Amino acid sequence: MNEKRPPHPGEEKSVESALTPLGTPPAAPREADIIHLGPEMAVAEADVRSAETREIVRGTSLWKDAWRRLLKNKLAVFGLVVVALVTVAAIIGPAVIKRISGFTPDYIPTNDVRLIKAFPPFTGPDGRFSWSHPMGTDTAGRDQLARVLQGGQISLFVGIISTLVSLLIGVSYGAVAGYLGGRLDNFMMRLVDVLYSLPYVIVVIVLLSMFRSQTARGQLILLFIALGSVSWLTMARIVRGQVLSLKNQEFVLAARATGVSTTRIIFRHVVPNTLGPVIVYATLTIPQIMLTEAFLSFLGFGVQAPLASWGSLSADGIQNIGIFPWQLIFPGVTMALTLFSLNFLGDGLRDALDPQMRTF
Amino acid sequence: MNQNNGQLLEVRDLRTYFETEDGLVKAVDGISFVLKRGDTLGIVGESGSGKSVTNLSIIRLIPDPPGKIVSGEVIFNGQDLLLLPGKEVRKIRGRRIAMIFQDPMTSLNPFMKISRQLMEMTQLHLGHTREQAYQHAVKMLDTVGIPDASERANNYPHEFSGGMRQRVMIAMALSCEPELLIADEPTTALDVTIQAQILELIKKLKHETGTSVILITHDLGVVAGMTDHVIVMYAGKVFEQAPTAELFSTPGNPYTKGLLRSVPDPTAEQGQLYQIPGLPPDVAHRPPGCPFAPRCDRVEEICHREFPPFVQLNADQCSLCHFAREVYAESGGVGADL
Repeated sequence: MNEKRPPHPGEEKSVESALTPLGTPPAAPREADIIHLGPEMAVAEADVRSAETREIVRGTSLWKDAWRRLLKNKLAVFGLVVVALVTVAAIIGPAVIKRISGFTPDYIPTNDVRLIKAFPPFTGPDGRFSWSHPMGTDTAGRDQLARVLQGGQISLFVGIISTLVSLLIGVSYGAVAGYLGGRLDNFMMRLVDVLYSLPYVIVVIVLLSMFRSQTARGQLILLFIALGSVSWLTMARIVRGQVLSLKNQEFVLAARATGVSTTRIIFRHVVPNTLGPVIVYATLTIPQIMLTEAFLSFLGFGVQAPLASWGSLSADGIQNIGIFPWQLIFPGVTMALTLFSLNFLGDGLRDALDPQMRTF
Repeated sequence: MNQNNGQLLEVRDLRTYFETEDGLVKAVDGISFVLKRGDTLGIVGESGSGKSVTNLSIIRLIPDPPGKIVSGEVIFNGQDLLLLPGKEVRKIRGRRIAMIFQDPMTSLNPFMKISRQLMEMTQLHLGHTREQAYQHAVKMLDTVGIPDASERANNYPHEFSGGMRQRVMIAMALSCEPELLIADEPTTALDVTIQAQILELIKKLKHETGTSVILITHDLGVVAGMTDHVIVMYAGKVFEQAPTAELFSTPGNPYTKGLLRSVPDPTAEQGQLYQIPGLPPDVAHRPPGCPFAPRCDRVEEICHREFPPFVQLNADQCSLCHFAREVYAESGGVGADL
């Protein structure tokens, strides 16, 4: 293709001189330019290339690549680490505290009203430094550290389970609407629009008031359902959008050509391809739900005593903010830290997964 | 089920129309052909001639709306596929009629391992257990020439090159040993050397398994090398059908002749390449008369007025043209005075 031909009249001589003159040996290729041939380039009928070339091509899955990307994002790693630490602390914390100092979240040291007072952090009953209450106590004498940890348990639990509920509803709804299309899709999405317009906090409050449960545990379950059922809307929209673009991909047609039923196609072929945005959005939904739960508990609708969540702890704490500020500061700061770590993690995941998901 | 003189598939007067904003698009407007068991049928035509829609209609994958198979019969092994309920058609798809698509880059689910995609076929249609399906999948990959099949089976599609992916598609298609393989431009997206390999592979597998093949392509070279019979389609209609050798040596239709002339001859002098002037018609608004009239070099007044007859030139060859016999005679065909 680079044969020398007589330059056409008017053609710049500089074009020819820009090319390496024929006859000069090519410069040695840089390491970065060398493409290592892997076994897949071998002609099928020819003999398979030797073992050395095989190790250069190692299978990477989309997930591994995304993980590597995530690790490069410092903020996301910070978020991940904090969330991991908080989760571990929330899970084993109360048990550990119980072993060490014998305090449980609802342990009230004495029934003598005169002796009960709130201790500031790291203070013992005699006013001197003591390790017994690193976060102080509340007005009833209960150890704050244990309460904050238990609060973490409950808040995280509510966040995660409600997110799972909303995920299940949202993904199924969105996938079915997106795949089936037409009038059904229209109807389903208009329904979502209507639900969107409802002030969800009010809906949740109404639900919780109507179905008040006797036990604290029952109240928790109600909370899951109520929170989960108002937060699936955006998830449904996201999944529907993804499915709409995916269903025109040829692999869906190929799957149909092999006789796979529609339900299988939706849930086994199309939905797994939407996992990227779903994971991102789920990670961002958890802090949203936790905040809503905190708000509800603050108002008195959420978690009931003796269970504590960060929201209810903050509600208790705010009553004495002038005198015992630590009662608000500790749960508040812990919660804020967890929420923004989750948000950083979610953002990091979005960056890590997003470009990957577009390569097909 | 050997019936109808070894005929595997008979399509009679198939019509598939699409309702679009521009009007009613008659993508396939009265196609009829016969495929004998063990044969390879080539369907040739320009883009927009209705080749792919014909095949999608056979296995009823036309999106409805906006498309609809308006009339016709597709008789596969004695059964009219157009009359079967959806569930029955699903059982046939993949199991007895398999299809491979044009672009191997996008035909495979990027999120599933190759082994899983292959296993799904046999688990669904043949009732294999996971173990059996896996073994079968590896065997199929080996048959189509993927080296290190047992290791590569656990890879994802993006770890394969285009030619390899098309081989995987072929493996998937032939997993259940279908009676009919429909290949929709299987090599168009691949480079020439890989094209040759893939076509050889299809030929080889056809001999080994006795599958009949419908090969859609716009490449006449592929048709010449691979097929036993050919249909030439244009604007949703069959313009000529003949055994391959006859189509190339004694075409009976100006369109076919135009196509043959358009194939560049590597031995000829570098002159101007011939191309059929004009563009394929807008299938939504077809004027009366022959659809090829605006571009035909033999056009006469009658061509614009009347729709041409489908003339039987000899035992195996038919052509849609007012002057079919003349064209046939000009290209050296004999026996046309039936």
